[in-house]
Amino acid sequence: MLLNFLDELRAAGISASLKEHLTLLEALDREVIEQTPEAFYYLSRATFVKDEGLLDRFDQVFQKVFKGVLTDYGQEAVDIPEDWLKAVAEKFLSAEEMEKIKSLGDWDEIMETLKKRLEEQQGRHQGGNKWIGTGGTSPFGNGGYNPEGVRIGGESRHKRAIKVWEKREFANLDNTKELGTRNIKMALRRLRRFAREGAADELDLDATIRGTARQGFLDIHMRPERHNAVKLLLFLDVGGSMDPHIKLCEELFSAANAEFKNLEFFYFHNCLYEGVWKDNRRRWAERTKTWDVLHKYGHDYKIVFVGDAAMSPYEISHPGGSVEHMNEEAGHVWLSRVTHTYPACVWLNPEPQRIWDYSQSNKMVRQLMNDRMYPLTLEGLDDAMRELSRKQG
Amino acid sequence: MDQKFTGTKNYVATDDLKVAVNAAVMLRRPLLVKGEPGTGKTVLAHEIAKATGAPLIEWNVKSTTKAQQGLYEYDAVARLRDGQLGDERVHDISNYIRKGKLWEAFTSPELPVLLIDEIDKADIEFPNDLLQELDRMSFDVYETGERIEAKERPIVVITSNNEKELPDAFLRRCFFHYIKFPDADTMREIIDVHFPGIQKNLVTKAMEIFYELREVPGLKKKPSTSELLDWLKLLLVEDMPLDILQDRDPTKAIPPLHGALLKNEQDVMMFERLAFMARRQGR
Repeated sequence: MLLNFLDELRAAGISASLKEHLTLLEALDREVIEQTPEAFYYLSRATFVKDEGLLDRFDQVFQKVFKGVLTDYGQEAVDIPEDWLKAVAEKFLSAEEMEKIKSLGDWDEIMETLKKRLEEQQGRHQGGNKWIGTGGTSPFGNGGYNPEGVRIGGESRHKRAIKVWEKREFANLDNTKELGTRNIKMALRRLRRFAREGAADELDLDATIRGTARQGFLDIHMRPERHNAVKLLLFLDVGGSMDPHIKLCEELFSAANAEFKNLEFFYFHNCLYEGVWKDNRRRWAERTKTWDVLHKYGHDYKIVFVGDAAMSPYEISHPGGSVEHMNEEAGHVWLSRVTHTYPACVWLNPEPQRIWDYSQSNKMVRQLMNDRMYPLTLEGLDDAMRELSRKQG
Repeated sequence: MDQKFTGTKNYVATDDLKVAVNAAVMLRRPLLVKGEPGTGKTVLAHEIAKATGAPLIEWNVKSTTKAQQGLYEYDAVARLRDGQLGDERVHDISNYIRKGKLWEAFTSPELPVLLIDEIDKADIEFPNDLLQELDRMSFDVYETGERIEAKERPIVVITSNNEKELPDAFLRRCFFHYIKFPDADTMREIIDVHFPGIQKNLVTKAMEIFYELREVPGLKKKPSTSELLDWLKLLLVEDMPLDILQDRDPTKAIPPLHGALLKNEQDVMMFERLAFMARRQGR
């Protein structure tokens, strides 16, 4: 029965493996916990979930599986239509009325009855005292009052429901990241070029031994520590059609920022022209001339453009084609200047690769980049980094 | 170590935390603890050590910490120097091997609790480099050719502040617990444990202010448990009369001694501004 649990967890995107499963079995075997549903819930949570962002999803899966297993009604968990459970109104009960409601018995009995009710019941029900639905006094459903109530979805009203995992306390932590910063960082590591520069604060053992042997007395050599010496220049497209990709770009940027010491970045809009900027709020006030950028950063810098390359073809091909200002030279002139100055140069596109061909401007940019355009996915990033680290010339 | 961890005199443990700790202690798998800063991640290791009567070995990880430093370091410079001076010790290489925290934990005469604090501070490869060592609880010393093996697997507690994500392979080997911010009831218990005999209504009032403050949108650093405890301590030390908290003068919207709660001048300014606006609306 627990294998089913594992499958469900994996189906829900919680990357549980056999390793965790065996750990859980071992823990059960060693009787780490008392045999209560809560303790089992806590134990399996500590075993399977390794990221607080997934806690909420775990609660949901647990609820689904546990409900199916413990209640034992049929092989498949009964799918309860959501609108049954939508709490519409709650019957107002006085204290005496509450007294009157007698509990049906223990857990098994309740579940047994629930099973029967589920079989009998066909439609949505509300306000009675036998059927499942909302706002009644039956032990099943939600929003009602019964001392031994089992709540199925929805909000708890009387705080008497038995299950903790239904509270879903971690709902606001769920943040599904398809391309987490760790993954991005791992992809960016391809670009590591270790070099020693800076202050000499590490003992160079080989050089010391060699020196000592030659001199006849202790001759200590020091050397600077190794670190990533790759120089990266990032051009980020902002605004307009890039807005849906902001989060992805932010993640890429923060990962790159942590990984590279020599990282410079500039923003542009749609296509590269004579000016770029570093602060989007002051993009008109504080511009850097693209010529200055080309002159300032040596040709050993590696260039990464991030943009969707979706624009009017004129923005690339014609002077004055920019949607924002009067550009004296066409976009393709500027792009070629960059690709000529810097041999290592790629374009990352957050749009999916299959729709690239539908856009004229995309084809033009790809041509200008010598086909070095990659989708902003892990694989694409990996390929792009390989291209950048290729020996140039 | 059969008795179960149930929290200690000074530490209030929730049920889920107890289960996670007991599972980690009994199966001797590392326990990874995450949570907002100030919710007692590091303290947990201290309390587990206290509850089990085991010595605590602390390894505080920094951005420059290498995994190797946890095992051992070979001090070649000292050996070279001694060689120069003709010291006898130079013939035995083990004189120049400095034990790391993991080594200490593996060979400790008593079963220890090993705390690896803020593992996310280190390089992205750091956890991967410790995989084998934490899994098998043994490692080789290449300089002397000996193998250091733990007689009994130590209890390992690892804390993380989420600055970097940890690799999957590493996570698979751990139990995980996320210390969520305590609700009002748990908080009251925590306060009781730290300040027994504190005035009931002072606590009630202070907690009201505290939770209100946490609700303020856009705070850079939300005050957490440790800040609340500090603040209460200050209120007690200053002997703040209760009525200052109770009928909070609307012209002084900032709670007294707020420095213990708000750690960021932008937050203080924003709070003042919000309070000012609330005041205008109230008029």
